[in-house]
Amino acid sequence: MTKKQIFFIAPLLVFLVLVGYFAVGLTRDPSVLPNMLAGKPVPEFSLVPLQGRDSVGFKNTDLLNDITLVNVFGSWCVACRVEHPFLMALKKQNLIPIHAIDWREEDKQAGPQWLKRYGDPYSRVGDDPKSRAAIAFGVTGAPETFLVDKKGVVRFKYIGPLNDEAWRTQLQPLIEKLRTESPS
Amino acid sequence: MTAELGHFALILAMFIAMVQATLPLIGAQKNLPVWIELANPASYLQLALTTFAFGCLIHVYLISDFTVVNVVQNSHTAKPVLYKVAGAWGNHEGSLLLWVFILSLFGAAVALFGRNLPPAFKARVLSVQAMIAIGFYLFMLFTSNPFERVTPAPLNGTDLNPLLQDPGLAFHPPMLYLGYVGFSIAFSFAIAALIEGRVDAAWARWVRPWTLAAWVFLSGGIALGSWWAYYELGWGGWWFWDPVENASFMPWLAGTALLHSAVVVEKRDTLKGWTVLLAIVAFSMSLLGTFIVRSGVLTSVHAFATDPARGVFILLLLATVIGGSLALFAWRGPQLKSSGVFQPISREGALLFNNLVMTTGLAAVLLGTLYPLFIDVVGGAKISVGAPFFNAVFLPLMMPMIVAMAAGPFLNWKRGDLMPALGRLRFAFILALVAGAAAWSVETGGSFMGVIGIALAVWLAAGVLAEITERVRLFKAPPAQSLRRLRRIPRATWGMSLAHFGMALVIAGMAGAGGWKEESIQSMKPGEIVHVGGYDYRFDGARKAEGPNYDLVLGTFSVFKDGDLFVVLNPEKRFYPVTQMPTTEAAIHTTLMGDLYAVIGDEEGTDGKYVTRIYYNPLVVWMWIGTLVMMFGGGLSISDRRHRVGVPHRRQPLAPAATVPSS
Repeated sequence: MTKKQIFFIAPLLVFLVLVGYFAVGLTRDPSVLPNMLAGKPVPEFSLVPLQGRDSVGFKNTDLLNDITLVNVFGSWCVACRVEHPFLMALKKQNLIPIHAIDWREEDKQAGPQWLKRYGDPYSRVGDDPKSRAAIAFGVTGAPETFLVDKKGVVRFKYIGPLNDEAWRTQLQPLIEKLRTESPS
Repeated sequence: MTAELGHFALILAMFIAMVQATLPLIGAQKNLPVWIELANPASYLQLALTTFAFGCLIHVYLISDFTVVNVVQNSHTAKPVLYKVAGAWGNHEGSLLLWVFILSLFGAAVALFGRNLPPAFKARVLSVQAMIAIGFYLFMLFTSNPFERVTPAPLNGTDLNPLLQDPGLAFHPPMLYLGYVGFSIAFSFAIAALIEGRVDAAWARWVRPWTLAAWVFLSGGIALGSWWAYYELGWGGWWFWDPVENASFMPWLAGTALLHSAVVVEKRDTLKGWTVLLAIVAFSMSLLGTFIVRSGVLTSVHAFATDPARGVFILLLLATVIGGSLALFAWRGPQLKSSGVFQPISREGALLFNNLVMTTGLAAVLLGTLYPLFIDVVGGAKISVGAPFFNAVFLPLMMPMIVAMAAGPFLNWKRGDLMPALGRLRFAFILALVAGAAAWSVETGGSFMGVIGIALAVWLAAGVLAEITERVRLFKAPPAQSLRRLRRIPRATWGMSLAHFGMALVIAGMAGAGGWKEESIQSMKPGEIVHVGGYDYRFDGARKAEGPNYDLVLGTFSVFKDGDLFVVLNPEKRFYPVTQMPTTEAAIHTTLMGDLYAVIGDEEGTDGKYVTRIYYNPLVVWMWIGTLVMMFGGGLSISDRRHRVGVPHRRQPLAPAATVPSS
């Protein structure tokens, strides 16, 4: 093949490769961000407590021995405020412990103040200003909520503000399944 | 009834397109004048039908006919009339109807204004246009019918996404589509040329005005979108390298390259295969842009349709149109014979350099935009490539091009001499150094890119002026002669100079906003003052009020300069109850030196304290002015005499039978 022929054929070949990628890409649902952690144990992390909230902080071993939710929020995050009333309601029903990673606060006071104002549905909360735990969890934005089983394995990740519908259709069935798998 | 009539018009238009796509093409192949002649009336008929269908859609929006799904999902009785109309294309189905409407508009324009095209060639062009149209009609009728009914009809609609209820965005899609779809003409010309196996100066001369028109609209569309992001998203930024933005930028890059390479084909009879490829790429990028926004392959802030079934259809459409045309290119392309040869340092060389940079930039943007998709497919995480990648790759790429852009017009065709060209640019060089040094001295810790940008902008602007001075031999010839020369400069040359000058203004705006932007985010009590960009902003409190279809918080800032009241800014925070969505309406006071930009955020506590964001964005207005200058330059070039009269006839007459009048 001459150089000239290569020039005329190359665009077609490049395009065919692109089409291949698109074809596979279309089979993926763009709204479901795959979670690299799904089915894997939670990464090791140890976060300091929020100022003035408690003195225990939040670390990966806290997630053993119970089915738990880990919610990623930040006082700067508008969607988290949308989500917050639902978490408060969930807390009232006492169905599942909710832990939280307070992500990317520029001010040490911002997180605790935010919880004081809007209510505190969380059991354990860790301060993560430098995104240490968030990166390990593969957080793409706030809010995000992870469902962790008794062995500390991430089973599901929900992206965006958690709401009643998502709870009923996605999380609750999964939690019930996990409970029947290994009743406590 | 209106909805059914519109639907029926679309079906009818599709059948017309099927006739138009086949008979004239066969006619051109077999020299059947009657069949060739069919292309014209078919184009007009298609335009009439799509206009009617589009009118029907706007009508059902205007009367808020909630028996139509599309209206229910995107409109509301409380919405202002402008947004009822704009709502018709502010959604997936409606925007597709707009797409085919514009496509048929361009088709009819070719039929009307292309009188000096050889009939067989014109028939082929219009056939290809119709083929594209068929794809879109099928897509609409099978997956995205804008006229679908719903029973029982709801009492009211769910409203248009409030972010889109904005004058900038109301006109953004039509502008952008005029650009996207305008490239279909260059594409059809390229395909017709490949079928005939010939590209010549006449071809390039026909293609250029259409490409220019598309380019002008696309530039305007991109600027409108950017302007919208600037004032509506409330972050003081104007470009986010978001997939949807990239989707409109990629055809612009390809189109800009095409404009320049078509010049080489016209003047020097070379770079033919390359130019045809660019025409295909420019339109492919337009289709890809539609695809990226519509299919949900990549999601972003304003991708409003996410439906894989549609994605599959668009993928098939893309594969057919782009794959088919590239296959044709691979098959017929080698027959395109170029005669001109040139040295690397020459006008052709400079234009080719522009082309290489533009296409490399295009490849970089394409890679960055599609990278998340590639990674996802090979099993990695869903990640997105952000602004740092694009800035790191794209900006350094553009710099040498801007440097060359000033020098290019000084070079001769075929073989240029670099040293004299650079000699003529010595004043521009000195000015650029001075401007860079001045910019450096007021450097406030922003990116050094700002300084480089200012120097480049001055270099380019001064280079353009130097070129005009040289052309009229100012100071070298008697003033009367210079004036005579000035008058004789063809409009196309003015167009080039203006477009390049506009680019310099745009670069200055980008550099200013990028390098010297100041921002301050804080919570403010009424009476508190912050100092940003040389101005004192006093927060005078905020009050709640009601708009036509939203509630709002209206903040007031008194801005002082050196103790004197300079301007009062009233940013708004709106809440649209129907969609439950808040939007920010930044208050912007534009000056030639920079924009004062204030945003009001959430209330903090009860003592009238609000989160506020205040920005000083230097030179931003020059981006918009520069874009207008570029667009004006493009328009001036279209109106050049040589596009209107004296289009040279092809070297050999086409199919003699085709010139026999049909009986």
